[in-house]
Amino acid sequence: MKLVSLAQGLGRWLDGSGPASDIVLSTRVRLARNLKEVPFTHRAREEQMAMVYSSVVSAVRKTPALVTSTALQMRELTPLDRQFLVERHLISHDLADNGRLRGLLLVPDESVSAMVNEEDHLRLQALSSGFQLRSAWEAVNAIDDELGQDLDYAFSDDLGYLTACPTNAGTGMRASVLIHLPSLVLTKQIGRVLQGITQVGLAVRGFYGEGSQIMGNFFQISNQTTLGQSERETVESLERVTRQIIDYEQRARDELLKDARVQIEDKIWRAYGTLRHSRVISSQEVINLSSAVRFGVALQMEGLASVQTLNELLIRTQPAHIQLATGREMEQRERNVIRADYVRKLLDDNAADAVNPN
Amino acid sequence: MQCQLCGKRPAVVHFTEIVNNKKSEYHVCEKCAEERGYHTPLVKSKFSVGDLLAGMVDQAGVGEEAKVGRVQCPRCHMVYSAFKESGRLGCSECYTTFRAQLRPLLRRIHGSTKHVGKTPVRDSARVAIRREVQRLHEDMQAAIEHEEFETAARLRDQIRSIEAQGGLAAEEGSR
Repeated sequence: MKLVSLAQGLGRWLDGSGPASDIVLSTRVRLARNLKEVPFTHRAREEQMAMVYSSVVSAVRKTPALVTSTALQMRELTPLDRQFLVERHLISHDLADNGRLRGLLLVPDESVSAMVNEEDHLRLQALSSGFQLRSAWEAVNAIDDELGQDLDYAFSDDLGYLTACPTNAGTGMRASVLIHLPSLVLTKQIGRVLQGITQVGLAVRGFYGEGSQIMGNFFQISNQTTLGQSERETVESLERVTRQIIDYEQRARDELLKDARVQIEDKIWRAYGTLRHSRVISSQEVINLSSAVRFGVALQMEGLASVQTLNELLIRTQPAHIQLATGREMEQRERNVIRADYVRKLLDDNAADAVNPN
Repeated sequence: MQCQLCGKRPAVVHFTEIVNNKKSEYHVCEKCAEERGYHTPLVKSKFSVGDLLAGMVDQAGVGEEAKVGRVQCPRCHMVYSAFKESGRLGCSECYTTFRAQLRPLLRRIHGSTKHVGKTPVRDSARVAIRREVQRLHEDMQAAIEHEEFETAARLRDQIRSIEAQGGLAAEEGSR
């Protein structure tokens, strides 16, 4: 099965590279596109969806940057496979949700992917590690141009790219950063910061995007509007605001350290100790504890773990990841034991690497 | 605090959603949270953009509303009231059909109703062809006025050949 190799690997967007990667986990830019001649997905008949799917696949095959991509049809995957793809931030709940002809096209390093017959016919996304909005936009823009030579997009001079939901009409673009803000949460300034963000036309969401809850001090910040502003302006304004939030986070961090450095360090080491030595651990606990360790890495405390290891911890300990890597379905009780084994091994290896580089 | 969904059990799951500068807080009990899947990524949240959008759609007078609600898209046959319920349009043609209703909504969502972003490469090719043909036409008229008929004939042939290649596209692009 193809997904096993994905489960055992780690997408390039999780390798901990890129600017400010101790605060910004990843950057994503997605474009919503529809084919002119076909009703939007929720109103399309099965054969129209099949037509969209084969048009997109054939356009993808002609696009050099996407020739290595794999096509996955959702209804050929098990529920576990689909949950794995959601956990991996590669598909939405909606795409996983339904038995109709929906698909995912994915290059092996996961940097570019396309959902087919989601709410819109095509949802193209570029995903990068760290804070790299411009390059993610450029990547997805170039691929959109290539696909656009083949696909006849629904577009009007006035309203731009036409989408199933009017909230996406215009550029059809959603640019976002997944940002880790423990100091702002600890100092209780986060509410004010989030309020400020929404006042400048940006949205804040949880760990898995729309409709998901805040976990492990991670916030997804994205543009809210798609009309009246070019893609570049949108990217630049999100970039400016993100820089400012990083700055707030760093200031809050300095404040915390000034008042309670030892107490903070103690909390971080205890979290690390629990991860390194536990025998039974839930997904939620890994998320919370690894958030504390990530904070320690941002504080440049020595001897914890690399950003890449923390990304691995965060992504690969989720329920479907654990089950796919083990090769079978398991009850939560058993998963929590296997997860603890995996976390210990990962942190042991990381510690060994730190002592003997190479 | 009681659960907002069942109103029976105590609320233990609390979260905040911020959309369009509007902050909504939700307080639900363990069981409802489980049922709605607030713990697992796979299950879709009940509070969709569609619901919120539907709430934003114009609150016209009752009689007026019934009339507007029956407006139907000639291509996909969706009626406006269905959009109000789901927050999703039926096809690209709906944007033309419901133009009058959508404009104020788009303005409220985006603060603008004008696209200033990129253009599909196909359309930009159409625009380029249209402009090229227009320029050749002007040159041809000028040539005729100056009685340079050989030049005019050459330009006419050039226009014909461009139109033969991408004529349909140019036509469609000029709508």
